[in-house]
Amino acid sequence: MDSVSIRAEPFDPNREVDLLRGSDPSTGAVVTFIGLMRDINEGDRVERLYLEHYPGMTERALQEIVDEANSRWDIQDCRVVHRVGTLLPTDPIVLVAVASRHRKEAFRACEFIIDYLKTKAPFWKKETTAEGERWVDARESDDTATLAWEKSDA
Amino acid sequence: MIQILFFARFREELGVESEQIELDGPSSIDDLLHILRGRGEAWARLFAENQRVMMAVNQELADKNTPLKAGDEVAFFPPVTGG
Repeated sequence: MDSVSIRAEPFDPNREVDLLRGSDPSTGAVVTFIGLMRDINEGDRVERLYLEHYPGMTERALQEIVDEANSRWDIQDCRVVHRVGTLLPTDPIVLVAVASRHRKEAFRACEFIIDYLKTKAPFWKKETTAEGERWVDARESDDTATLAWEKSDA
Repeated sequence: MIQILFFARFREELGVESEQIELDGPSSIDDLLHILRGRGEAWARLFAENQRVMMAVNQELADKNTPLKAGDEVAFFPPVTGG
C-alpha cells in the first residue's frame, strides 16, 4: 500500500524501509533515496534549514507523483516521507523507497519520484548562515531532470 | 469570492499570507495577475512577466490560462525547492 507522509519531527529512514519491506514474498528489490541536509550551500556554511510547505496540496502532489510512477513501471509498493520545520545538518530531509519484483523498475521509479518531487511538490527551503536567513533558489538542473522524464515513457 | 494564498518568499515580501477577493465575470489566473500587479512596486516586481512564478488552483498546479470560478483556492509561490 503506497504511503506518502509529511513529518514535523525527525524520522528514521531505516525504520521506514523496514515498513516497506513488509510481508510480500514476491518483492525482489527495494531501492531507496535518502536526501540529507548538508552543512554547506553556495559556498556558505549552513547552520540550519527551515522547510515550509503547502498543507493539503503537498500530500496531493506527492500522491500524484507516486500514481504516475505506478502507471509507468510495474512496482509493488512505494513510501515517500518528507520533513518540514527546522532541520539540522545530517538530518534526513526526504526518503523515497520503492519495492518491486526486479531491480530495474525500482531504480527507475525511485529516481523519477525524487526528480518530480523536486520540481512539482510545494516545499520551500530557507537556510540560516552566519549572515542571516535566505530562501534557497530553485536549480535549473532539477527542471532539466523533470523535462527528460516528460519526454520519455520509462 | 476566491481565496488567494501566498507562500515562502512571496508571503514575506508581500506581507500577505491569504486574502479573499471578488472577481467580475469569467476570469483566468492571468486576469488575477493583472490585478495583483497593479497594487504597487513589490507586487509588480514579483509578478512581472519575466519572473518565475508557480501557481495552483484548488491545490493542483496551474498556469496563467487556468480559468477561475467562485470558491476557488488560488496559490502563488516561487519555484519549489524540496527534496
